[in-house]
Amino acid sequence: MNRRRYVTQGIATIFIWTGALLTIAVMLLILFQILKEGLPVLRLSFFLESPKEMGREGGIFSTLIGTATLTLVAIVVGAPLGVGTAVFLREYTRESKMSRMIRFGTDCLAGVPSIIFGLFGFVFFVIKLNLGWSILSGGLTLAAMILPTIISTAEESIKAIPYSYREVSYSLGGTKWQTVTRVVLPSALPGIFTGILLSVGRSIGETAAVILTAGSSLVMPTSLFSPIRTMSVHFYILAREGISMKMAYGTGAALILFVLMINMMAQWAINRYIRRRT
Amino acid sequence: MQLQEKIIEKVLLLIAFSSIIILTLITFFIFEEGIPLILNVGLKAFLLGEKWIPSKGFFGIFPMIASSFWVTFGSLLLGIPLGLACTIFLSEFIPPFIATLFRPAIQLLAAIPSVIYGFGGLIFLVPLIRNHLGGPGLSILAGSLVLGFMTLPTIITISEDALKALPPSYKAGALALGATHWQTIWRVLIPAARSGIVASVILGMGRAMGETMAMIMILGNAVRMPVSFLDSARTLTTNIGIEMGYASGDHRQALFATGIVLFFIIMALNTLAIFLSKRRAS
Amino acid sequence: MHANSKLLRWLLLLLAILAGIGCQRSRAGITVAGSTSVEPFAELLAEEYMAKHPETHIYVQGGGSTAGIEAAMSGAANIGMSSRNLIDTEKKLDAVTIAKDAIAVIVHPTSPVGDLPLDQISKIFSGKIANWKALGGPNHSIDIVTREEGSGTRESFQKFVMGKEDISLGALVQDSNGAVRQVISSDPNAIGYISLGLVNGQVKALRISGVQGNLTNVYNGKYVLVRPFLFVFNGEPAQEARSFLDFVLSPSAQKLLLREGLVPVLEKLR
Repeated sequence: MNRRRYVTQGIATIFIWTGALLTIAVMLLILFQILKEGLPVLRLSFFLESPKEMGREGGIFSTLIGTATLTLVAIVVGAPLGVGTAVFLREYTRESKMSRMIRFGTDCLAGVPSIIFGLFGFVFFVIKLNLGWSILSGGLTLAAMILPTIISTAEESIKAIPYSYREVSYSLGGTKWQTVTRVVLPSALPGIFTGILLSVGRSIGETAAVILTAGSSLVMPTSLFSPIRTMSVHFYILAREGISMKMAYGTGAALILFVLMINMMAQWAINRYIRRRT
Repeated sequence: MQLQEKIIEKVLLLIAFSSIIILTLITFFIFEEGIPLILNVGLKAFLLGEKWIPSKGFFGIFPMIASSFWVTFGSLLLGIPLGLACTIFLSEFIPPFIATLFRPAIQLLAAIPSVIYGFGGLIFLVPLIRNHLGGPGLSILAGSLVLGFMTLPTIITISEDALKALPPSYKAGALALGATHWQTIWRVLIPAARSGIVASVILGMGRAMGETMAMIMILGNAVRMPVSFLDSARTLTTNIGIEMGYASGDHRQALFATGIVLFFIIMALNTLAIFLSKRRAS
Repeated sequence: MHANSKLLRWLLLLLAILAGIGCQRSRAGITVAGSTSVEPFAELLAEEYMAKHPETHIYVQGGGSTAGIEAAMSGAANIGMSSRNLIDTEKKLDAVTIAKDAIAVIVHPTSPVGDLPLDQISKIFSGKIANWKALGGPNHSIDIVTREEGSGTRESFQKFVMGKEDISLGALVQDSNGAVRQVISSDPNAIGYISLGLVNGQVKALRISGVQGNLTNVYNGKYVLVRPFLFVFNGEPAQEARSFLDFVLSPSAQKLLLREGLVPVLEKLR
C-alpha cells in the first residue's frame, strides 16, 4: 500500500516534467524556426527601405512608421484616460457602488475580443466620424483596447505608494490635486510607465482590429488621416499570400524581437520598481 | 482654489467613466448595425440556421457557433492538462529562484502576437495533420492545438495565483499527516484552489473564443457543420474576419449580428470568471 | 501651480501641432479601393506612377469588388476597382476596362490531372465528384478551395463555371488569390481557382477541354474564363485620378500588366 503512493508520485512527476518541458520545447521551436529563417534577413537596409513590389522586395520601413505612429496615438489618448481613471479610483473615492461599477466596466472591456474592437472602430471611427481608414481610426481603437491594462497597472503602482507620502503633503497644506501631481504620480511613474510599455507590446502585435480600422496601404503616411500597414498586418499578409517567404520570416523575426525586447524591459521594470515596494 | 479642485474632481470623474462609456459605445454601435438583420431574418433562423450563403440571403450561423465551441473545447483538452502541469511545475516542483526565471518566460509566451502562432501552426501543424491524419490539414484539430498553447499563459498565471493564495497550513498539515508530495498537491492543494483554477479556465475559454487571426490562418474556413476534428471549420470570429472586408448591406449587417452573438458569449464567460474569482476572494 | 500649468501648456501645444499635421486631409492624394484581384496590379502601377510623379500619393486598398464600387459611389474612394462587370443598380457609374484577366483552375504541380472539361470542374466544386480517383488520380478526397462570398473572382467563377450549381459548403475558403495559391501549393489533393496572372511555379493551371489558359487563347476566344478588370468612377474624375487613369491605359503601363500576366486592352500590344 505504501509503495503504491510512491509509484503514483513517480508517475505524476514524470507527467508534470513532460508537460512543462513540452510546453517550453514547442514555444522555443516556433521562435527558433522564425528567428533562424528571419534573422539573416534583418540587415540595416531591411529596416530602412520600404516594401517594393507588394512586399517581394525592399524592407519594412513604412510598416515600422505605421506601427510607431499607431502606437503613439494609442498611448497619447489611452495613457491620460487610464491614469486619470486610476487616480480617481485611488485618490478621490472610496469603495462604493460607483467604483465597483467602474471596475466592472474596465474588467468587461478587458475581455472584449479584438475583432469586436475592429468592428466598433470600423463603424464608429472609420464610417460615422468619417475618419476613414487612418492612423487616427486605428490609434483611437487601440487606445480603447489598452485602457484596461493602463488602468490596472496605474492603480497597482498608486496603491503601492505609502500613505505617509500623502500625509506629508497634506500636512504641508497641499491640496488633493497638488498631492496627486507632485507626490503620488511622480512616485508611481515607473509603474505607470511599465503599464504603458506592456500596452505598446500589445499594440505591436494587434492585427484584427488594425486591419479593419487603419487599412493596409504600403505607402508612407503623410498625415494622421493616411491609411497605414503595421508590421503585424504586413507579416499576416505576406505569410498568407506567399508573396515572399523570405520577407515574411524577416518581418516575423523583427516582430518577435521587438515584442520580446519590450516585454523584457517591462518585466525588468516591474521587478525593479513594483516588487521592491511590497 | 476650492473651485479648481472641484472642477478637477469632476473632470477626473468623467475620465474614470471612460471605460464604461467606451463599453456602452461598442455595445450600442454593434447592436445598431446588427439587430436590424436579426429582426429581418428572425432570431431562430439566425442562430439555428445551418446555411450561410449571404449572396442568396441565407444567414444561419449555427455551424459557426458549433465550431467556436468545438475549437475552444478542443483547446481546453490540451490547455487544462498542460496548464495544470506547468502550474504545478512552477509552484511545487522547482526551487523558487528557478521559478522566477520561468515566470517571465510565460509572460513572454503571452506577449507573442497571435499571427506568429498562426504562422507556426500553418508551417508545422497543418502539413503534419494532413500527411499523417488525413483531411486538408486546415482543421479544428490544428486550431485547437494552437489555441491550447495560446491560452496556456492565462491558465497558468491565474491558477498559480490561486495556489499561492492558499494558506501554507494546508500543505504543511497534509505533509505532516504523512501524505506524499503528489498526494498533497493532487488531493489537497488543487481542490482547495479549485474555484481559482476554474476561473482561469473560463477566462482562457473567453480568450480562445475571441481569437481571430491565427484561426483564419489554420482553420480552413469552410462554412459547413463540422463532423470531425479533421474537418475544416469557421468560428464566429473568423466568419467576421474573413468576410468583413468584402461585405456590404445585409451581408455586413449579418457580420455585425455575428459580432453580437460573439459579444454575448464572451461577456457571459468573462462575467462568470469574474464572479468566481470574487467569490474565492471573499 | 507653475509645474502644472507649464506641463499643460506644452501638452496643448503638442496637440495643436498634431492637429495641424493631421488636418492635411485635403492633400491626402487619391484612394483606389476594391477588388483584391486587381489590387496587386494597381499597387504596382501606383508604384510606377509615384516614381514618375513624386508629389502624388496613391493609396491602394482591398475590400472586394462590391466594396470598391460602393466606395466609388459614396466618394470614399476616388477610383473603385472591380473584377466583375457592373450590375444594373451600379450602371450609373462609369467603368473603364484597364485589362482583362483570365481565371485559371489550379492544382498541385504533382497532380496527375492536367486537363478537365468545364462540366467536370463544376461537379468537383459542387461536391458531386469527391475523390480524385474518379478523374484518374490517386484514391484521395478532393480538397476544394474557393474564395469568399463577395469576391469578384468567385462571382466570375460562379457565372462561368458553376452556372446554377452552388459551390459546396464544405469547401475551404480563403480571402485572397494569394492565399488560395498558398493552400494549393502545399496540399497535393487541393483544387482551386485564381487569377491567371498569379499562377507561378508553385501551382499548375489546368487545361480546360484541351485549351491552355494563356494570352493567345484569351485573344482568340478559345479560353472562356475571362473577366474584365475595371476602374470605376463616379462622374468626372479628379485631376490626379484622371492622370493616373491615363497612365494606366498608356503603352508602358499596359506592357507592365502584360508582363505580370494580364491581358492588356491596348490593341497595339496584341
